Amino acid sequence: MEPFHNVASIVTPLDMVNVDTDQIVPKQFLKLVQKSGFGKFLFFNWRFDENENPKTDFVLNDSKYQGSKILITGDNFGCGSSREHAVWALQDYGFSVVIAPSFADIFFSNCFKNGLLPISLDQKIVEFLQQETTPIHVDLEKQIIKTNSKEIPFEINFHKKKILLEGLDDIAQTFQLEDKITEFEKNSTIPSVL
Amino acid sequence: MGQTLFEKIWDSHIVEETQNEPSLIYIDRHLIHEVTSPQAFDGLRMNNRKVRRPDLTIATMDHNVPTTDRSLPILDQTSSIQIKTLEKNCKDFGITLFGMDSPNQGIVHVIGPQLGITLPGATIVCGDSHTSTHGAFGALALGIGTSDVEHVLASQTMWLEKPKPFEIKVKGKRKNPHAVTAKDIILSIIKNIGTGGGNGTVIEYRGEGITDLSMEQRMTICNMSIEAGARAGLIAPDEKTFDYLRGREFTPKNYESLVDTWRDTLHTDSDAKFEKEFTLHIDDIAPQVSWGTNPGMTCDVTESVPSPDEYSKGDTNQKKGAEKALEYMDLKSGTSIMDIKINRVFIGSCTNARLDDLIEASKVIQGNKVSSEVQAMVVPGSQMVKKQAEELGLDKIFIDANFEWRESGCSMCLGMNPDILSPGDRCASTSNRNFEGRQGNGGRTHLVSPVMAAAAAINGHFVDVRELELN
Repeated sequence: MEPFHNVASIVTPLDMVNVDTDQIVPKQFLKLVQKSGFGKFLFFNWRFDENENPKTDFVLNDSKYQGSKILITGDNFGCGSSREHAVWALQDYGFSVVIAPSFADIFFSNCFKNGLLPISLDQKIVEFLQQETTPIHVDLEKQIIKTNSKEIPFEINFHKKKILLEGLDDIAQTFQLEDKITEFEKNSTIPSVL
Repeated sequence: MGQTLFEKIWDSHIVEETQNEPSLIYIDRHLIHEVTSPQAFDGLRMNNRKVRRPDLTIATMDHNVPTTDRSLPILDQTSSIQIKTLEKNCKDFGITLFGMDSPNQGIVHVIGPQLGITLPGATIVCGDSHTSTHGAFGALALGIGTSDVEHVLASQTMWLEKPKPFEIKVKGKRKNPHAVTAKDIILSIIKNIGTGGGNGTVIEYRGEGITDLSMEQRMTICNMSIEAGARAGLIAPDEKTFDYLRGREFTPKNYESLVDTWRDTLHTDSDAKFEKEFTLHIDDIAPQVSWGTNPGMTCDVTESVPSPDEYSKGDTNQKKGAEKALEYMDLKSGTSIMDIKINRVFIGSCTNARLDDLIEASKVIQGNKVSSEVQAMVVPGSQMVKKQAEELGLDKIFIDANFEWRESGCSMCLGMNPDILSPGDRCASTSNRNFEGRQGNGGRTHLVSPVMAAAAAINGHFVDVRELELN
């Protein structure tokens, strides 16, 4: 995984609550067997009409947000299906940061496995940032979002921050604990399936 | 202080623990399917890694398999590639696969319990959010993403922050348990606590409203825990649980001694503390019908579609969500639920496609015909469910009523195979998600129980099944 780099970008406001992963990547695009190329399917049914022409009233199709790396959205973002394709699509499209008042658990966990930074902030601060029209800076090391007028601190678990900053392969980390896993298996009371 | 059931299972699976950091948790059972596993196997290959415990890993194909004649080739090339990829991955890595032609094939959350793979006190994961289903057996069952699938394949463990225990008490007795079902209980819960109400928690369902339920009904409850945002949902095992798993194909040889231990240990201590609590009284609950685009947007069958103001109770963001939902669903506030006409019916999914569900629905169907305005299908949850249903003659009841009787799979719950709604179709569905486009782009989903779906199929609109003579 690539280490996370600080981001400076205008924000894309997606003013909706409970955005589910079926909306982030509709099911017809889950049949691919690789991780790349999902950006074109991001929010597909909201972005494109039945003839696959861009819908002009959808925020991602507004030219002023082209190139934005920061998505700002409502409560419980990423709810529903566990599909990691949702994270792959957001990243492939170009987002590195998603800001919302809250995230669904599986989506939140999936973000860190791929280097996408989810930041949860108070509703009022999210609303303030949604109005921001000039680029904002996200500094993960310092845990600060800078706008023209404000510095907004954000919380992140130490372990998760380290994974993002160092781009760690968590399987390699886990293998360092192999002795403990083997020891656990010796004492396990749950038999194998076969 | 005592411990909750969840905390006991958690503690007995910790491989490594550090204060304020995620714990490394051992996984006893890993279920995989064709959609969320290919990238995980690719990751293993790229890094020259093996599957640590193929003997704890079981695969099936369910999400995009056709539900029509299995002897015919799969026409959708991308589905076909995904299915062949799973076959190759299982062969290369030594994993047992219940493929398209196996009598054990079916929706992964239906076959796990049916085969005795699901066990009380175990940790179970699958790259599918409805893994919570297995919690009905007192297992800690978690839906995970593809990176975690790869991690579990490689190490049989995963890193997880400890969720908080959430107690949901279900009190009272339903007056007509054939008309008011487990589906209505869980939809009522989600309606009350909201789709994010369980975020960061593991729900334990307790109370006589839960212990009264059969194992299949308990699975319906735990299945939809994720629809309330919970990491998992579980129910303490009892004699019903132990009886259900006894003598199945993969039930462990030392099962009775395991049961003896489980009887002593797998319960929440009387002095344990939950961090969150909610109580639902079910004496008077009605059959539920979802009207919006998430499972929390649900009301009684006797009610009308609420206005965004009524629904949102002053929350402007929720209000916007409800407005958007009504527009998508093409519904007006104040419309009586029983006046909503449907043209499609889907009885299926990991929520409601077990034998009990089909038996209950068939009682409504027997001697009736599907409305001429409606196209209706039954998709049994597994080949085993299908076979058992056919032995009872349920297939004939459904077919005589003009239902389509299909092969097993996820089917129109998420429409990855050809079973989808067309734009504008309105479906009474026994599945778990009414998200926009979930069952087909432009399709509109109303979540209901199997008996409610069956009654809607006959009448062409929703009816209150408490009015029918069901027993």
